[in-house]
Amino acid sequence: MSIISVKDLAIGLGSGSDYRQVVKSVTFDVEAGEIFGLVGESGCGKSTVLGALAGRIKAWNGQIQIDGEAVGAARSRSQLAKQQMVFQDPFGSLHPRHTIGRTLLEPLEIHGLDQKQERVEQVLRDVGLPPAFRNRFPHQLSGGQRQRVAIARALILKPRILLLDEPTSALDVSIQAEILNLLKDLREREKLTYILVSHDMAVIAHMCNRVAVMQDGVFVEVAGRASLLDGAVQNAYTRTLLEGSRGYRSARP
Amino acid sequence: MPEQSTPILSVKNMSVQFPTLSGVVNAVKNVSFDVGREKVGIIGESGSGKSTTGRAIMRLQPSNACVVADEIRFEDVDLQTASEADMRAIRGRRISMILQDPKYSLNPVMTVGEQIAETVILHERLGKKAARERTLAMLERVNIRDPQRVFNLYPHEVSGGMGQRIMISMMLISSPSLIIADEPTSALDVTVRQQVLSILDDLIKERNIGLVFISHDLNLVKSFCDRVIIMYAGRIVETLEAAKLDEATHPYTRGLLEALPSLDHPRDRLEVLKRQASWAEA
Repeated sequence: MSIISVKDLAIGLGSGSDYRQVVKSVTFDVEAGEIFGLVGESGCGKSTVLGALAGRIKAWNGQIQIDGEAVGAARSRSQLAKQQMVFQDPFGSLHPRHTIGRTLLEPLEIHGLDQKQERVEQVLRDVGLPPAFRNRFPHQLSGGQRQRVAIARALILKPRILLLDEPTSALDVSIQAEILNLLKDLREREKLTYILVSHDMAVIAHMCNRVAVMQDGVFVEVAGRASLLDGAVQNAYTRTLLEGSRGYRSARP
Repeated sequence: MPEQSTPILSVKNMSVQFPTLSGVVNAVKNVSFDVGREKVGIIGESGSGKSTTGRAIMRLQPSNACVVADEIRFEDVDLQTASEADMRAIRGRRISMILQDPKYSLNPVMTVGEQIAETVILHERLGKKAARERTLAMLERVNIRDPQRVFNLYPHEVSGGMGQRIMISMMLISSPSLIIADEPTSALDVTVRQQVLSILDDLIKERNIGLVFISHDLNLVKSFCDRVIIMYAGRIVETLEAAKLDEATHPYTRGLLEALPSLDHPRDRLEVLKRQASWAEA
């Protein structure tokens, strides 16, 4: 059964002369346990789709069903807890003057959950950080550790879905490998579903079962992992993105 | 194609130190390398000292930094003893630098054309009209279709890819013999990146000059450069031909290659780099 079902999603941002139709009409389903990729260049609307699924962007048209339930612009707490986001830049997405513990407590307080201290310690262990890290501030952590905290903050509400917006783009290759491995382990252990936004086809092919290639607010192709690896993709733009992640190709013979 | 003749740039045993409140930080430790008429890539993670190396060559390091070296020679100039006036004559004319993000490195209150023309007005004492013509020709050379129009635009009015092409034309207009490019395409989308790199590649070939290409992207350096220098914690751990990067022997380079998700060699789990203290030592 699909855990996410999106039909004719259209999103426009801005108003008056600044109004722009960022997402034109996208339709897709994501199965439970799947990792679904969204790839495209800056401004193609991939983060906007994620924003609408997370409930951050409220002005959208179309239908979104999450976990069998149709959701609208206003959502209940339990609907919001079902999907959580992890952002690109772990330097910008954690409050610099809050300790890690306080950052992790905030979602628990908003959602009125009990056993707060136990949950914080447990989630830190889940992402491979020592529980003593709760007393630290973000500037006392490395980039990879901060991204682990961001993942912990998303996991603490026991969501079914993680929405990952370029979770490793700001990290070095060696740290990226740690985070991607962690995400794979967590998905198996916690039975999670991911939507992963990235501009790097190699990361997408490593993680995802299927990927939607976005250009100018529409999906130009939805390809399976096997066809990415074999290069058996239909669309010319998908091919360009694949070539791009292999590096530079000289035009000269 | 590395040439065996005298290198354009020769660095011997260069170290860069920064005094801080908690002691001296050795950002670069005893690095030695030559750059000929070729494309040399410097790869490293954040904090490995690759940008600091590039800046130290241009003598653009912060004033509290301390650069020591046995030799930093650029063509006939000793960059360590050159006066500040000599350096001003070298920077932009004989060595130029392309930075990561044109949004932050172009002057926002000057038109694009004026900033490019400024280089030749200052260095070659060209008149305004001649400088304008050179600028228009240079803009055309980097595949800008409508140079007359672009000349009068301000940096915020151009796209990232065009901004980087403008930066390249500014850096190449006075025919330098060495270009230091610090992550020149990291802020660009894939399709634009290919285009910008091929312009840079053509110009380097055409003018037979040297390029130092600082990047964290292994695939890009492997496919774009002739030679690669791999830095870790301020040291050069390995230097090899770019095409043979996959045959690297140093455990750090191997670790990086194995940590990289690859379309050609898919694997279920990525190897995690196990850092060893010995890599940071000589």
